[in-house]
Amino acid sequence: MGIDPRGPRFGAVITTIILAIVLVTGSGWLLLAQTVVFAIGALAGLRYAPYGFVYRALVRPRLGPPAELEAESPPRFAQGVGMMCAAIATIGFLAVSPLVGIAFTTLALIAAFLNAAFDLCLGCHMYLFIQRLRPAQ
Amino acid sequence: MGGLIVLVVVLAAATVAGLALRQRRGKFRASPAGALRPLAGRITLADPAVLTAEELGVPLGARATLVQFSTEFCANCPPTRRMLGQVAQDHDGVELVEVDAAARLDLARRLNIYSTPTILVLGPDGAIASRASGQPRKADVLAAVGEILGAGAA
Repeated sequence: MGIDPRGPRFGAVITTIILAIVLVTGSGWLLLAQTVVFAIGALAGLRYAPYGFVYRALVRPRLGPPAELEAESPPRFAQGVGMMCAAIATIGFLAVSPLVGIAFTTLALIAAFLNAAFDLCLGCHMYLFIQRLRPAQ
Repeated sequence: MGGLIVLVVVLAAATVAGLALRQRRGKFRASPAGALRPLAGRITLADPAVLTAEELGVPLGARATLVQFSTEFCANCPPTRRMLGQVAQDHDGVELVEVDAAARLDLARRLNIYSTPTILVLGPDGAIASRASGQPRKADVLAAVGEILGAGAA
């Protein structure tokens, strides 16, 4: 059992565009929508991810079946990292300071862009980084 | 407009970083003893450039051992493991050992492993000959293994 790896990649392209618009317009409400999108993918599973529906309905029929499937857990974990970043940025734009919003939107944008353009999953690498922050025994 | 400037700068910097990371991804680098210095201030008794069978919990390959550090949330780890397993199967005395980096943070810290998959190529004595981060090409793996097998034959 696995997922089509091109699905999360397509999602990363849409996410990059949305986050770029957020950065230019400073729209906390648009970022709130993107945060919800992240949250659905991370908490409910990629099967329910909104951009995944778009991919399956519009893109996949034109591409044919994938060469190989991949595990769902890495991109799902990365959606969780994106959710945290976007949530902090949303609070920044709407309630605290646009600077906080810009800073955390930038972090999420870098991760989404590297995924979309270079197939690098920064969110996936965060897992070992976070684990390593735990104090040594 | 501030946001637009930030956007352009960020995307330009990310493109440079992405190109650099892609260039390095999966490339084997020689790993001399000094290159694996443990983080400053952390005292380790074990030689940082050697991995023993006791540490790994399984016997080393008679001629070479491929050690792959993986995590649960690593998209490129399963295909890398399949490819390395094929290489191990095709070469007598070469074994593949997969280590869960999150379960073996002691090794991850000692060997400065920050990303997965990271692949270490060990000689018969467990000395780390070379390492690569990110999914390598099979030809690069064969070259790294061949270096050890060739050295053993000479």
